[in-house]
Amino acid sequence: MVVVSNRLPLERDHRFLDEVRQRSGQALERCFQCQKCASGCLLADYADYAPNQILRMVQFGLRDKVLGSSAIWLCSSCQACGARCPNGIDLSAVMDCLKEMAVAAGIGNDEHAALFHRLFLNEIAHRGRVNEALVLAKYKLRTRELLADLPLGFSLFRKGKMSLFSSRVKDREALNRIFERTAQCKPA
Amino acid sequence: MKVSFYPGCSLESTAREYSASSRAVCEALEVELREIKDWNCCGATSVHSLNSALALALPARNLALARDEGRAVVTPCAACYSRLRLAQHTLRRDKEKRRAAEEVLGLPLGRLVEVWSLLELITEQIGLDRVAGRVRQPLGGLKVACYYGCLLVRPAKVTGIGRPEDPRWLDDLMSCLGAEVRPWSYKTDCCGASHAITNPDVARGLVGRLLDMAGEAGAEALVTACPLCQTNFETQRPRDNDRPTFYFTELMGLAFGLPETKNWLSKHLVDPVPLLVKLGLI
Repeated sequence: MVVVSNRLPLERDHRFLDEVRQRSGQALERCFQCQKCASGCLLADYADYAPNQILRMVQFGLRDKVLGSSAIWLCSSCQACGARCPNGIDLSAVMDCLKEMAVAAGIGNDEHAALFHRLFLNEIAHRGRVNEALVLAKYKLRTRELLADLPLGFSLFRKGKMSLFSSRVKDREALNRIFERTAQCKPA
Repeated sequence: MKVSFYPGCSLESTAREYSASSRAVCEALEVELREIKDWNCCGATSVHSLNSALALALPARNLALARDEGRAVVTPCAACYSRLRLAQHTLRRDKEKRRAAEEVLGLPLGRLVEVWSLLELITEQIGLDRVAGRVRQPLGGLKVACYYGCLLVRPAKVTGIGRPEDPRWLDDLMSCLGAEVRPWSYKTDCCGASHAITNPDVARGLVGRLLDMAGEAGAEALVTACPLCQTNFETQRPRDNDRPTFYFTELMGLAFGLPETKNWLSKHLVDPVPLLVKLGLI
């Protein structure tokens, strides 16, 4: 666990709290650090910060630390935190907002989860549907882990659970329109 | 009964047996599934992690495609259900987001149809009485832990579930099929989701814990309604844990005496047949 101390000479961005509050639509000032979110967070053991710490750091305006944390990418969006928050804060929405802001700021691009999400999104942009085998292969190529799960990949192919051919959306025009008009993310 | 059917991408790939068993079970219960023409991916977790506007527009297009049919949209996949249901919930309540989504799609969304998970359709719309009436071979002796995962239940204000920490749909359904449902406290804990790909140590840790706890609860198998959870249980399990994980529709097929059940089970990476043979169920 890392303790956030106000004695450290940390860069504070006073607009950060307002920005996250506005973009996520969540009343972040209500958090009184009961740590119920952290108690139920199954990913907190693996992350650099627990969810309540992330919230506190947002309140303090520690933009770089928050957007550069592994915690926001380890969040699996299971939403247990938000379900249990006594103040009704939807922490998953906050985490989503932080991920989006990190990508926009060019931070966290080396996170594996960020790369996977981008490849997944690109697959939808290309086909309208996701061919799981193709996304996996592209991810493995990019992370140079092609051999890691090869036996598993073979058994999935053998069982007919993965194929290089799959259906796609026919209405390209509708699909392109959606992606053009919501374009915020740079392709991987 | 007729409904609009949204299979989603996993049902065409890693969850083929979930697709086949869902269709067969619905046919047995006289539910006609009419697949939404030219449906697109719901966006899943990846899109809502990166782009909130796109995360609403993708499921909104599917709801728009289903609108003309006027029937409820039903999907077996927990993740697709979560995205479609959240989109419907948001578009019904937030006028600004609805206007934005209509502008992105270039068409009016009109009256939005209902969105149900297949589990919800079977337990709440069709009802367990009708399911019980179709059982030919009760699953006596099969001890199961019912695993819901995250997306069928949370957030409760969107799914409308009364007991988000202790859902009952699968439990009641499995009891109705004659299986012995073992009580446990891990029904809605996360399986690690896409960390199976991006942080396998994390996924293996979470899956290992769940399988251990299911064992401690006295379950010989798990039952789920989520393609990603099922795949994670099979691929991220500790080597010494070979508890099978069934889709609930497969066990319905088995209890209904549907002959195709064996084909579905042959797709599993952890062979569930020895357990079923031992119990005299196959």
